Amino acid sequence: MTLTDPHPHHLTPGYLSTLLRAPSYPPVRPALDPEAAELLDPVYGHRPVGPLDHDLTRQHAGEPIGERIIVTGRVLDSRGRAVPNTLLEVWQANATGRYAHPVDQHPAPLDPNFTGFGRCLTDAEGRYRFVTIKPGSYPWRNHPNAWRPAHIHFSVFGTAFTQRLITQMYFPGDPLFAYDPIFQSVPEPKDRERLVSAFDLDVTEPEWALGYRWDVVLGATPFEEE
Amino acid sequence: MSQTPSQTVGPFFSFALPYDEGPLVVPEDHPDMIELRGRLLDGAGEPVSDALLEICQPGLFGRCETGADGSYRFRTARPDGYIPLLIFARGLLKPVWTRVYLTAEAPFPAEVDPVRRSTLVAAPEGERSYRFDVRLQGDGETVFFAY
Repeated sequence: MTLTDPHPHHLTPGYLSTLLRAPSYPPVRPALDPEAAELLDPVYGHRPVGPLDHDLTRQHAGEPIGERIIVTGRVLDSRGRAVPNTLLEVWQANATGRYAHPVDQHPAPLDPNFTGFGRCLTDAEGRYRFVTIKPGSYPWRNHPNAWRPAHIHFSVFGTAFTQRLITQMYFPGDPLFAYDPIFQSVPEPKDRERLVSAFDLDVTEPEWALGYRWDVVLGATPFEEE
Repeated sequence: MSQTPSQTVGPFFSFALPYDEGPLVVPEDHPDMIELRGRLLDGAGEPVSDALLEICQPGLFGRCETGADGSYRFRTARPDGYIPLLIFARGLLKPVWTRVYLTAEAPFPAEVDPVRRSTLVAAPEGERSYRFDVRLQGDGETVFFAY
């Protein structure tokens, strides 16, 4: 089974920061033996995941401002098998579209009750679940009147270092998709859709939080390809 | 199943992903301890000051963000072969993979153009310290791998 490469090209001129950072040579594809260091399961041992790390609304004395949401789904491999016990890290802007990061100068208020960083491990069925607030859209200086669609950054480990993935999850129907060179950097529309979560009434908790569902599908490891 | 595409780590990860022990992969008194340090440079030779570097070795994982001068530094174990190095940054829509070899006599993958091999070799700076600069683009561009 041959799948087309779903990932963006390094050189994506609409995203100006790629111009001096995209490698000019195509990557080298070495033959790997099964003992190759890249096939190791990353041992992420420094910081144990705390019981409230998955809940970005409970990290401070008060509750953050914004629309409370639940984001849940499964981490799967390219054959659709669950990836259990793998680390996910998420980070995001607050409800006003401002990151708790000194470089972010967007003149929108910081929220003293929101940092915007969470972690969790997938369960035996590959499921994860975060509670957070819906991030706001925010401007950036890539081109005149440039705005990023609302998104949550996801970092996923998988079972081999070659599966390592950092990506962004978006929200359904965002009017900014058409104008965003980062979202549009994914060549195929069907692959872009993989980045968009689905509203799910079954995940939604009555009188408390809206629910979104989003699955993450990691790449094959070299010795699994058929 | 089709994979979830990669997206850039962006400029705003440093309040979230880096952690103090990230670059300190082994204790200082580890018998095979080495220091691996260097700079990450763009196609104009300018430092890339908002990148996240990760290394993976048997039983070990390291993470380091670059500083204002594009520098990084790991304290890790001397590898049996090479150290896989993964780089995320603003402007990289997907990460780049390279390998840090500690000697020019290493068995490099046959697929690597011999002219470019030297970009994979760290320079010794004393017995336990190595320097490995990464050039994302242009003159002396580092060899990057895909798997």
